[in-house]
Amino acid sequence: MKELVIEALTDNLTELLAFVDEQLEAADCPVKTQMQIDIAAEEIFVNIANYAYKPSIGTVKVLVEVTEDPSAAEITFIDSGIPYDPLEKADPDVTLSADERQIGGLGIFMVKKTMDDVKYEYLDGHNVLMLKKVW
Amino acid sequence: MEIRKTNNNGELNVKITGRVDTNTAPELEQELKNSYEGCEALVLDFADVEYISSAGLRVLLSAHKVMSKNGGLKLLNVSEDIMEIFDVTGFKDILTIE
Repeated sequence: MKELVIEALTDNLTELLAFVDEQLEAADCPVKTQMQIDIAAEEIFVNIANYAYKPSIGTVKVLVEVTEDPSAAEITFIDSGIPYDPLEKADPDVTLSADERQIGGLGIFMVKKTMDDVKYEYLDGHNVLMLKKVW
Repeated sequence: MEIRKTNNNGELNVKITGRVDTNTAPELEQELKNSYEGCEALVLDFADVEYISSAGLRVLLSAHKVMSKNGGLKLLNVSEDIMEIFDVTGFKDILTIE
Protein backbone atom coordinates (compact mmCIF):
# COMPACT_ATOMS: atom_id res chain seq x y z
CA MET A 1 0.00 0.00 0.00
CA LYS A 2 1.28 3.45 -0.99
CA GLU A 3 0.35 6.63 0.80
CA LEU A 4 0.32 10.31 -0.13
CA VAL A 5 -0.65 13.20 2.11
CA ILE A 6 -1.32 16.49 0.34
CA GLU A 7 -3.18 19.72 0.91
CA ALA A 8 -6.72 19.57 -0.44
CA LEU A 9 -6.21 22.18 -3.18
CA THR A 10 -7.17 21.77 -6.83
CA ASP A 11 -3.66 23.00 -7.68
CA ASN A 12 -2.44 19.66 -6.30
CA LEU A 13 -4.53 17.61 -8.71
CA THR A 14 -1.62 16.91 -11.04
CA GLU A 15 0.49 15.68 -8.13
CA LEU A 16 -2.33 13.43 -6.93
CA LEU A 17 -2.87 11.89 -10.37
CA ALA A 18 0.87 11.40 -10.90
CA PHE A 19 0.95 9.45 -7.64
CA VAL A 20 -2.07 7.32 -8.62
CA ASP A 21 -0.70 6.73 -12.15
CA GLU A 22 2.65 5.61 -10.79
CA GLN A 23 0.96 2.77 -8.90
CA LEU A 24 -1.34 1.85 -11.79
CA GLU A 25 1.44 1.81 -14.38
CA ALA A 26 3.55 -0.42 -12.15
CA ALA A 27 0.61 -2.86 -12.18
CA ASP A 28 0.18 -2.73 -16.00
CA CYS A 29 -3.27 -1.23 -15.68
CA PRO A 30 -4.93 -0.85 -19.14
CA VAL A 31 -4.93 2.72 -20.50
CA LYS A 32 -8.72 3.04 -20.54
CA THR A 33 -9.08 1.74 -16.98
CA GLN A 34 -6.37 4.13 -15.86
CA MET A 35 -8.28 7.03 -17.41
CA GLN A 36 -11.47 5.97 -15.63
CA ILE A 37 -9.66 5.67 -12.30
CA ASP A 38 -7.97 9.05 -12.82
CA ILE A 39 -11.31 10.70 -13.57
CA ALA A 40 -12.87 9.12 -10.47
CA ALA A 41 -9.91 10.20 -8.32
CA GLU A 42 -10.12 13.73 -9.74
CA GLU A 43 -13.84 14.03 -9.02
CA ILE A 44 -13.43 12.86 -5.42
CA PHE A 45 -10.32 14.97 -4.77
CA VAL A 46 -11.82 18.13 -6.28
CA ASN A 47 -14.96 17.63 -4.21
CA ILE A 48 -12.85 17.49 -1.06
CA ALA A 49 -10.79 20.49 -2.21
CA ASN A 50 -13.94 22.53 -2.86
CA TYR A 51 -16.02 21.63 0.15
CA ALA A 52 -14.29 19.84 3.01
CA TYR A 53 -12.32 22.63 4.66
CA LYS A 54 -13.44 25.91 3.11
CA PRO A 55 -12.54 28.65 3.92
CA SER A 56 -9.47 27.14 5.55
CA ILE A 57 -7.09 24.56 4.08
CA GLY A 58 -6.70 20.97 5.23
CA THR A 59 -5.03 17.81 4.05
CA VAL A 60 -6.14 14.61 2.39
CA LYS A 61 -4.50 11.26 2.90
CA VAL A 62 -4.68 9.07 -0.20
CA LEU A 63 -4.00 5.33 0.01
CA VAL A 64 -3.54 3.22 -3.10
CA GLU A 65 -3.56 -0.54 -2.92
CA VAL A 66 -3.07 -2.58 -6.06
CA THR A 67 -3.71 -6.33 -6.10
CA GLU A 68 -2.74 -8.88 -8.74
CA ASP A 69 -5.31 -11.61 -8.49
CA PRO A 70 -7.80 -10.26 -9.32
CA SER A 71 -6.15 -7.25 -10.95
CA ALA A 72 -7.64 -4.34 -9.07
CA ALA A 73 -6.91 -1.01 -7.47
CA GLU A 74 -8.42 0.36 -4.30
CA ILE A 75 -8.02 4.07 -3.63
CA THR A 76 -9.04 5.54 -0.30
CA PHE A 77 -9.39 9.26 0.42
CA ILE A 78 -9.35 10.32 4.07
CA ASP A 79 -10.00 13.90 5.16
CA SER A 80 -10.98 15.51 8.45
CA GLY A 81 -13.24 18.19 6.97
CA ILE A 82 -16.95 18.59 7.52
CA PRO A 83 -18.82 15.26 7.40
CA TYR A 84 -20.11 14.80 3.87
CA ASP A 85 -21.22 11.74 1.99
CA PRO A 86 -21.07 12.59 -1.74
CA LEU A 87 -22.79 9.29 -2.59
CA GLU A 88 -26.01 10.52 -1.02
CA LYS A 89 -26.40 13.16 -3.68
CA ALA A 90 -29.23 12.28 -6.07
CA ASP A 91 -28.07 11.13 -9.50
CA PRO A 92 -28.60 13.65 -12.28
CA ASP A 93 -31.19 12.76 -14.91
CA VAL A 94 -28.92 12.02 -17.87
CA THR A 95 -31.84 11.69 -20.27
CA LEU A 96 -32.80 15.38 -20.12
CA SER A 97 -32.18 17.73 -23.05
CA ALA A 98 -29.29 20.22 -23.01
CA ASP A 99 -31.55 23.06 -21.84
CA GLU A 100 -32.91 21.06 -18.93
CA ARG A 101 -29.63 19.51 -17.83
CA GLN A 102 -28.27 20.40 -14.43
CA ILE A 103 -24.54 19.94 -14.38
CA GLY A 104 -24.25 19.41 -10.61
CA GLY A 105 -23.64 15.88 -9.43
CA LEU A 106 -22.26 14.72 -12.75
CA GLY A 107 -18.77 14.05 -11.38
CA ILE A 108 -19.95 11.74 -8.60
CA PHE A 109 -22.35 10.08 -11.04
CA MET A 110 -19.39 9.25 -13.33
CA VAL A 111 -17.56 7.78 -10.35
CA LYS A 112 -20.50 5.52 -9.47
CA LYS A 113 -20.94 4.41 -13.07
CA THR A 114 -17.32 3.60 -13.89
CA MET A 115 -16.00 2.13 -10.63
CA ASP A 116 -16.86 -1.38 -9.44
CA ASP A 117 -17.33 -0.31 -5.85
CA VAL A 118 -17.60 3.04 -4.06
CA LYS A 119 -18.04 3.26 -0.29
CA TYR A 120 -18.27 6.13 2.15
CA GLU A 121 -18.08 6.12 5.91
CA TYR A 122 -17.53 8.67 8.62
CA LEU A 123 -15.01 7.21 10.98
CA ASP A 124 -13.44 8.80 14.07
CA GLY A 125 -13.93 12.32 12.75
CA HIS A 126 -12.82 11.49 9.22
CA ASN A 127 -14.54 11.22 5.88
CA VAL A 128 -13.35 7.94 4.36
CA LEU A 129 -14.18 7.35 0.72
CA MET A 130 -13.02 4.21 -1.05
CA LEU A 131 -13.01 3.51 -4.79
CA LYS A 132 -12.40 0.10 -6.26
CA LYS A 133 -11.82 -0.84 -9.88
CA VAL A 134 -11.14 -4.33 -11.21
CA TRP A 135 -9.58 -5.04 -14.63
CA MET B 1 -3.73 20.82 -22.68
CA GLU B 2 -3.14 22.73 -25.91
CA ILE B 3 -5.68 24.54 -28.04
CA ARG B 4 -5.26 25.42 -31.70
CA LYS B 5 -7.87 27.47 -33.48
CA THR B 6 -8.39 27.68 -37.24
CA ASN B 7 -11.01 29.90 -38.81
CA ASN B 8 -12.59 28.70 -42.04
CA ASN B 9 -14.95 31.37 -43.38
CA GLY B 10 -16.83 31.67 -40.09
CA GLU B 11 -16.53 28.01 -39.14
CA LEU B 12 -14.14 27.81 -36.26
CA ASN B 13 -12.18 24.59 -35.81
CA VAL B 14 -10.72 24.12 -32.33
CA LYS B 15 -8.23 21.31 -31.95
CA ILE B 16 -7.73 20.25 -28.35
CA THR B 17 -4.70 18.19 -27.35
CA GLY B 18 -4.17 16.55 -23.97
CA ARG B 19 -6.24 16.50 -20.81
CA VAL B 20 -9.38 18.51 -20.11
CA ASP B 21 -9.57 18.44 -16.32
CA THR B 22 -10.50 20.71 -13.40
CA ASN B 23 -7.38 22.81 -13.91
CA THR B 24 -7.38 23.05 -17.71
CA ALA B 25 -11.14 23.32 -18.40
CA PRO B 26 -11.29 27.06 -17.44
CA GLU B 27 -8.73 27.82 -20.17
CA LEU B 28 -10.82 25.96 -22.75
CA GLU B 29 -13.93 27.80 -21.53
CA GLN B 30 -12.20 31.16 -21.91
CA GLU B 31 -10.88 30.32 -25.38
CA LEU B 32 -14.35 29.32 -26.52
CA LYS B 33 -15.94 32.43 -25.00
CA ASN B 34 -13.48 34.58 -26.91
CA SER B 35 -14.47 32.79 -30.12
CA TYR B 36 -18.26 33.00 -30.12
CA GLU B 37 -18.47 36.41 -31.70
CA GLY B 38 -18.52 36.11 -35.47
CA CYS B 39 -18.41 32.33 -35.23
CA GLU B 40 -21.08 30.74 -37.39
CA ALA B 41 -20.26 27.15 -36.51
CA LEU B 42 -17.96 25.63 -33.94
CA VAL B 43 -16.12 22.36 -34.52
CA LEU B 44 -14.14 20.73 -31.72
CA ASP B 45 -11.55 18.25 -32.91
CA PHE B 46 -11.21 15.63 -30.16
CA ALA B 47 -8.67 13.39 -31.92
CA ASP B 48 -5.95 14.14 -29.37
CA VAL B 49 -8.07 14.52 -26.25
CA GLU B 50 -6.84 11.92 -23.79
CA TYR B 51 -9.07 12.65 -20.85
CA ILE B 52 -12.16 14.63 -19.88
CA SER B 53 -13.64 14.97 -16.41
CA SER B 54 -16.92 16.61 -15.34
CA ALA B 55 -15.25 20.05 -15.43
CA GLY B 56 -14.69 19.57 -19.17
CA LEU B 57 -18.21 18.25 -19.71
CA ARG B 58 -19.55 21.41 -18.10
CA VAL B 59 -17.66 23.52 -20.67
CA LEU B 60 -19.02 21.40 -23.54
CA LEU B 61 -22.58 21.76 -22.27
CA SER B 62 -22.39 25.55 -22.05
CA ALA B 63 -20.70 25.77 -25.49
CA HIS B 64 -23.46 23.57 -26.87
CA LYS B 65 -26.11 25.87 -25.40
CA VAL B 66 -24.50 29.04 -26.79
CA MET B 67 -23.91 27.56 -30.24
CA SER B 68 -27.34 25.93 -30.55
CA LYS B 69 -28.70 29.42 -31.18
CA ASN B 70 -25.84 30.18 -33.50
CA GLY B 71 -24.76 27.64 -36.12
CA GLY B 72 -24.23 24.70 -33.81
CA LEU B 73 -21.43 22.80 -32.13
CA LYS B 74 -19.97 19.64 -33.58
CA LEU B 75 -17.38 17.23 -32.18
CA LEU B 76 -15.06 15.31 -34.48
CA ASN B 77 -12.75 12.31 -34.04
CA VAL B 78 -13.93 11.30 -30.57
CA SER B 79 -12.00 8.23 -29.37
CA GLU B 80 -13.77 5.13 -28.14
CA ASP B 81 -12.69 5.74 -24.53
CA ILE B 82 -13.94 9.33 -24.50
CA MET B 83 -17.14 8.24 -26.26
CA GLU B 84 -17.85 5.90 -23.37
CA ILE B 85 -17.76 8.89 -21.01
CA PHE B 86 -20.24 10.72 -23.25
CA ASP B 87 -22.40 7.61 -23.27
CA VAL B 88 -22.44 7.13 -19.48
CA THR B 89 -23.28 10.79 -18.86
CA GLY B 90 -25.93 11.10 -21.57
CA PHE B 91 -23.80 13.63 -23.49
CA LYS B 92 -23.84 11.34 -26.52
CA ASP B 93 -27.52 12.21 -26.97
CA ILE B 94 -27.02 15.95 -26.40
CA LEU B 95 -23.93 16.66 -28.48
CA THR B 96 -23.54 16.38 -32.22
CA ILE B 97 -20.71 13.89 -32.66
CA GLU B 98 -19.41 12.88 -36.08
